[in-house]
Amino acid sequence: MVERQIQLTTKPLSPKLRKVREKAIEILLFLAACSSVATTIAIIGILVYESITFFREVSLVNFLTDTQWSPLFDDAHYGILPLLSGTLVTTAVALSVAVPLGTIAAIYLSEFAPFRLREFIKPCLELLAGIPTVVYGYFALLFVTPLLQTFLWDLPGFNMLSAGIVMGVMIIPYVSSVSEDAMRSVPLHLREGSYAMGATRLQTALKVIFPSAISGITAAYILGISRAVGETMIVAIAAGLQPTLTWNPMNEAATITAYIVSVSLGDLPHGSLEYQTIFAAGLTLVLMTLVFNIFGYFLSRRYREKY
Amino acid sequence: MQQDLQQVKKIIIRNKLWQAIFAVVGLLSVLVGIITLITLVLDLFIDGLPRLSWQFLTSFPSRKPEEAGILAAWVGTVLVMIVTAIAAIPVGIASGIYLEEYAGKNWLTGLIEINVTNLAGVPSIIYGLLALGLFVYQLNLGESVLTAGLTLALLVLPIVIVTTREALRAVPNSIREAAYAMGASKWQAIWDHVLPYSIGSILTGVIIGLSRAVGETAPLITIGALTFIAFLPDPPIKAEFPYISFSWLQAPFTVMPIQMFNWVSRPEPDFQFNAAAAGVVLICMTLGMNALAIYLRYRIRKQIKW
Repeated sequence: MVERQIQLTTKPLSPKLRKVREKAIEILLFLAACSSVATTIAIIGILVYESITFFREVSLVNFLTDTQWSPLFDDAHYGILPLLSGTLVTTAVALSVAVPLGTIAAIYLSEFAPFRLREFIKPCLELLAGIPTVVYGYFALLFVTPLLQTFLWDLPGFNMLSAGIVMGVMIIPYVSSVSEDAMRSVPLHLREGSYAMGATRLQTALKVIFPSAISGITAAYILGISRAVGETMIVAIAAGLQPTLTWNPMNEAATITAYIVSVSLGDLPHGSLEYQTIFAAGLTLVLMTLVFNIFGYFLSRRYREKY
Repeated sequence: MQQDLQQVKKIIIRNKLWQAIFAVVGLLSVLVGIITLITLVLDLFIDGLPRLSWQFLTSFPSRKPEEAGILAAWVGTVLVMIVTAIAAIPVGIASGIYLEEYAGKNWLTGLIEINVTNLAGVPSIIYGLLALGLFVYQLNLGESVLTAGLTLALLVLPIVIVTTREALRAVPNSIREAAYAMGASKWQAIWDHVLPYSIGSILTGVIIGLSRAVGETAPLITIGALTFIAFLPDPPIKAEFPYISFSWLQAPFTVMPIQMFNWVSRPEPDFQFNAAAAGVVLICMTLGMNALAIYLRYRIRKQIKW
């Protein structure tokens, strides 16, 4: 009988060393995972730290009620309202494009489209999300605005309308893919039950699938809102950089994000009050997205269906 | 009886009509996105292609639009991406492995998970403010390639983590159990078996994350990227000892999207053609990376059948 020996390429570690190595690796991986917590803490820390120095100079009441934002002028005003109105108007325009189109697209892709069409269209929509926002800004300023001007005569070159519309198209894929996932995860027996009662596909989609998936669809809308509120380059390029308190989307106005960009383009001395304004603006932005997210979380909890 | 039947038939016809109308409306609303995509790409190519030439790729920016080019911009983009990839890929994959394979069900894991989800929703410009406060002024890294790369790394980290987790979750437990049965330790099972099976899907996520970073503009403007750079950073490889130099990490930089933004915001139409040409190059980069990722995912889905 031939003795067979297993050839070991490397010497095995002793059991003790092996345990130590395992533990070391686990600790390393854990530290890597903690990096995300560290990032969050750092974001909040930096924003709050710089904003505190800002709010020592400018009262919170002033910040929230003053109707002018002109920190770089001699007659400086620090009212966030103009930037807030710009952000809210562009977001509203974007959502009025993305929510209906995204929802209908999701219903269509989930309940109507044949398999092959869906396999083709989904990657195409994903490509839409892969286009750099600066390119969307170019498109909004030099294609959509001239196009709108052909029938909206008095539309200025910079306006929130075209920025909002392009932003809306940009967030269609976010809204549609998340809501489609939510609708497809509705159990099949609900569909079958509805068909068995003689409902058409459309009736099933609107009266059974949509209500059952509403919590996931809400999450999709919230994702869209967060994207729109935080979107920077499209509005900075196409909506202008002039803070104006206006609710008319045909006007030029700066958003919170556009203001941060316009200040960063200049050369502000570190530690000046003007420098701290962008952190105060950033903190406002983060709080806004946070409020939307918490709101969405409770909304989706409220309407969650249990199967 | 007859009348009732008529009524029912009418209702059926009406319902079917509505359904047909909806199918058309649905298709149209899907097409809105795709038509916009095509229009955008066509518009950009029509404006930009005539300007695109070898000279455009190998020239520095200039006051004269016809002499300006994107050399500094694309070199900057490549260098920043190298830093981003080196920083984000190991940390992202490691976090993904920890959360999926090691983490127990406790409050700490929950905290980390909520964090990752939230970070994915933080507006990108906020990362710019973080980098401005932390990297530029607290750590004194300056407005450099290193700062830009690290900023974008933070930005793509959640994407890498989420796709790593999904990829690991798709590997069936039987693989792990087989490895354990052969005496492998937990890490050996992951490193020798689970990771090789999931590396393709992880790669897809990394590519998508990096393509997002290539097009990202706002955070880099915030940390003070320059828009007019007429020189290149030091090359990383040198002729004399020690052959490798890291001084490029400290160099000021510009990147493709910032160059494009700079040209778009100028009033002269000639500069806007330059912007379109830069946009063509940029869009080829990001769409190319996205297409590669989609193709990879498609192939993986076809190949692996557990």
